[in-house]
Amino acid sequence: MRFGIVVFPGSNCDHDCYWGLKHDLAYEVNFLWHRQKDLVGSDCIILPGGFAHGDYLRAGAIARFSPIMEEVVKHAHNGKPVIGICNGFQVLTEIGLLPGALLKNNTLSFIHKPVTLRIEHRDSLFTRSYKTNAVIELPIAHGQGRYYASDEVIAELQSENRILFRYSSPKGELSSAWNPNGSLLDIAGICNAAGNIMGMMPHPERRMNQQLGGVDGRAIFQGVAQAFA
Amino acid sequence: MSNTPPVTLDLALQHGLTEEEYQQILDILGRTPTFAELGVFSVMWSEHCSYKNSIAELKKLPRSGTRTLKEAGEENAGLVDIGQGLAVAFKIESHNHPCAVEPYQGAATGVGGIMRDIFTCGARPIASLDSLHFGPLETPRNRFLMDGVVRGIGDYGNCLGIPTIAGEVVFHNGYSSNPIINCMALGLVKKDRIASAIAEGKDNPVYIFGSRTGRDGIHGATFASEEISEESESKRSSVQVGDPFCEKLLMEATLELVKADVLIGIQDMGAAGITCSCSEMAAHGKAGIEVDLDKVPLREKGMNAYEILLSESQERMLAVVKKGKEKEAEAILERWELLYSRMGKVTDDGLMTVYHQGEKVCEIPPYHLALGGGTPVYHRDSKRPAQLDEINAVDLDPYRQERNWSVALLEMMSSPNICDKSWVTEQYDSTVRTNTMIGPGGDAALLRVKETDMALAMTTDCNPRFVFLNPRRGAILAVAEAARNVSCTGATPIAITNCLNFGNPYKPESFYFFKEAVAGMGEACRMFDTPVTGGNVSFYNESEETSILPTPVIGMVGLLDDIKKAVRSPFQNAGDAIVLLGETMADLGGSEYLHHLHQVIAGDAPEIDLALEHRTQICLREAIQREWISSAHDCADGGLAVALAECCILNRNNPLGAAVSLSNSILQTTDILFSESPSRIVLSVSQDEVGDVLALAASMQVPAEKIGEVGGDRIRIGSWIDIDLHSLSNSYYQALPNFFKGVQSSE
Repeated sequence: MRFGIVVFPGSNCDHDCYWGLKHDLAYEVNFLWHRQKDLVGSDCIILPGGFAHGDYLRAGAIARFSPIMEEVVKHAHNGKPVIGICNGFQVLTEIGLLPGALLKNNTLSFIHKPVTLRIEHRDSLFTRSYKTNAVIELPIAHGQGRYYASDEVIAELQSENRILFRYSSPKGELSSAWNPNGSLLDIAGICNAAGNIMGMMPHPERRMNQQLGGVDGRAIFQGVAQAFA
Repeated sequence: MSNTPPVTLDLALQHGLTEEEYQQILDILGRTPTFAELGVFSVMWSEHCSYKNSIAELKKLPRSGTRTLKEAGEENAGLVDIGQGLAVAFKIESHNHPCAVEPYQGAATGVGGIMRDIFTCGARPIASLDSLHFGPLETPRNRFLMDGVVRGIGDYGNCLGIPTIAGEVVFHNGYSSNPIINCMALGLVKKDRIASAIAEGKDNPVYIFGSRTGRDGIHGATFASEEISEESESKRSSVQVGDPFCEKLLMEATLELVKADVLIGIQDMGAAGITCSCSEMAAHGKAGIEVDLDKVPLREKGMNAYEILLSESQERMLAVVKKGKEKEAEAILERWELLYSRMGKVTDDGLMTVYHQGEKVCEIPPYHLALGGGTPVYHRDSKRPAQLDEINAVDLDPYRQERNWSVALLEMMSSPNICDKSWVTEQYDSTVRTNTMIGPGGDAALLRVKETDMALAMTTDCNPRFVFLNPRRGAILAVAEAARNVSCTGATPIAITNCLNFGNPYKPESFYFFKEAVAGMGEACRMFDTPVTGGNVSFYNESEETSILPTPVIGMVGLLDDIKKAVRSPFQNAGDAIVLLGETMADLGGSEYLHHLHQVIAGDAPEIDLALEHRTQICLREAIQREWISSAHDCADGGLAVALAECCILNRNNPLGAAVSLSNSILQTTDILFSESPSRIVLSVSQDEVGDVLALAASMQVPAEKIGEVGGDRIRIGSWIDIDLHSLSNSYYQALPNFFKGVQSSE
């Protein structure tokens, strides 16, 4: 099992993913420079957080033209796992691997803080290692994280159980008070219909070590890894 | 050079040089300077670059210690050994004046500038801190400034991927027209991979890389644009614009160049741009440098030599590459998609020679331009302001009347100087790079150092009210508080950087504060063995209406050898005993109680016994080392009542009450609760270990007393205060958001 982390020039959570996967979870992991066209045998691709190409235009809008993305799309279409975190989620929506868009937070400000997330179900590669009805805590750090999609897409996400993470209270209650950015249906993370591509705004790679406030992020990667075991 | 005015004394004076300085230039060159040379001298001999009015005082500070690798002024940032083959580079700088004009870009470029100082040393920046001072938030303009500054800092640091982990936000009238914005950064570097800002070795090529050079930030821009340039649209704002994405590329490329060992030296371009970096690198290497301005990638047409030399366009670097390694260096720059140009070479003639359009426009020995070389040094007069005696002598007893103390505490908790600053810090990414163990809101921030058991503590501190009342003591108190904050995490202070924000040095009554504060700072740094490894001076922080409080900000770094011993500020366990280290005196002078509840800054700053302060901190660290301490929190702004309240609610999701009784019978209630005596720390300790802690303190002659117990959902202090934690939290957490609520609709 090998994780491959795509590095755009403005990625800044690439090393965080690398460190957590390698040192906290002891997985094999390598970086993939955005201009290369070889995924060097990576089983799961991670598009990390950051500002891929500065993102002055629109988060993730330019990253989809990086050469490596052709290979990432092929990898995804072959049913292999792809995880987009924060900026990575934005890139996945820009390139069309996930539906919807991530708009400016309704606070109109960048927000960094720990949020609590309800795991919607365990029927996915990315949530299978969490306990039933788990509520986890992960930090968010974004200016454009308000999930938005058409009514049809939202209905589809719901009927196909593709909403994986929702902002909630520590007890799992949903309300606008616990939604930090105005996302539709409190959506924090979704997957594609085939279930192999996942995008989320919160940062699981920042909660892989007890010294840094918890290990709630680990199970996402463990779930994927177990599928390859 | 065509289209340039003749250089005369009058022109020199218009450039801010004095008659004596102009004569000195004539003597150095043995001829009349060219227009470009006049520009070069004026900017390199400006206060900002030469420290001409401050350097004589700064040299009195302790500048080296056992861990110092590079002293203040040697490189772009001080470098301190932390063991295991690692060093930290750190520095603080002001961006006050740009922020007063354009808060967003002013603050953003402040972050950009200090980051470049760090990675120029070959160190990867891992932390950013900010000390911010604004006028009262009741004024819309101050809210506008604060909003812009916070967004500027956030957007730049967030994009760069450097966590903003600590800092302070201070409010006082005096900052209304002149906010104080100081940015600090810290980077980590392997000791054998430290880069130097040096040019040496004849014929080694000189490269410029990064952004194009434009007309932004040119010294004397008004003058230059009106009389010199033929371009009609050449008038530009003097505030530069930041491009954090370019900075990210610059940072990665620079670190890769250093790692690939293809550099002789490297320097960022900040103030005075190409002029400053070329002359400082050449002076450092006792070499010459020859550059051709036609090779500089420009943003606009028609720029003359004067403008290119003095442009302060952001995100540019100057590198001296090892001869023969050009291809390797260029490949790295291309990989990071950076614009670069080979613009010159190192020479051995000891001159900075500049060509433009085939003409030699500048030929100056760099020694006379670089800080620490032949730049002017002045000893300014200092005179204690007469009104200070009156202010110190004000009788504070009228402010000591009995009142409803619970209400007073709630009001204090919502004071902008005390209340929760999440409105600010949530706009900063403080956990990227996955090192942050304690982020904003702690006594000091604490970052793990990967691949070691160590952690680094960092804080910025200054109580400007104390410095105003008593500059020497105020500076001592600032260093002491910084050290106390660092010690509260368990870390040992190792060094400081300082940002000295004062008024006009040519006014003796203003210079008095500077001189005294520097003296106090030196005294305290000697006690704590924390050398000053660098920093920045910002004078002229005054306008006709207001003057800032003198604000010498201390940025302190500490080292914790064993990460597992780290301690946090909030109470951790119900049932723990509360222990107060240190003693409360009648120190109401300069307190936040007087400032917030009586709108008064009067009396004298609290007296401090430095030796006792030092012992208290050693005692605390020893107790933490022995794992006796559940939590430790510095008692400072707002006094003991506020410190206790903060311990109760700083852990927002899990507040814990406290029941405290204070035996002090001599003092009046106001002093017991709100006096700001230094050298005090609120600890929580498991009941089993209280005896050990008290015995340890006694053995070190540190006053210590068990004053209460953690638990419940109220804070009770003697018979004076009884508040439920919900109300307490409301006051503390809602104060800042309330100021900004509805601002968008009302303006």
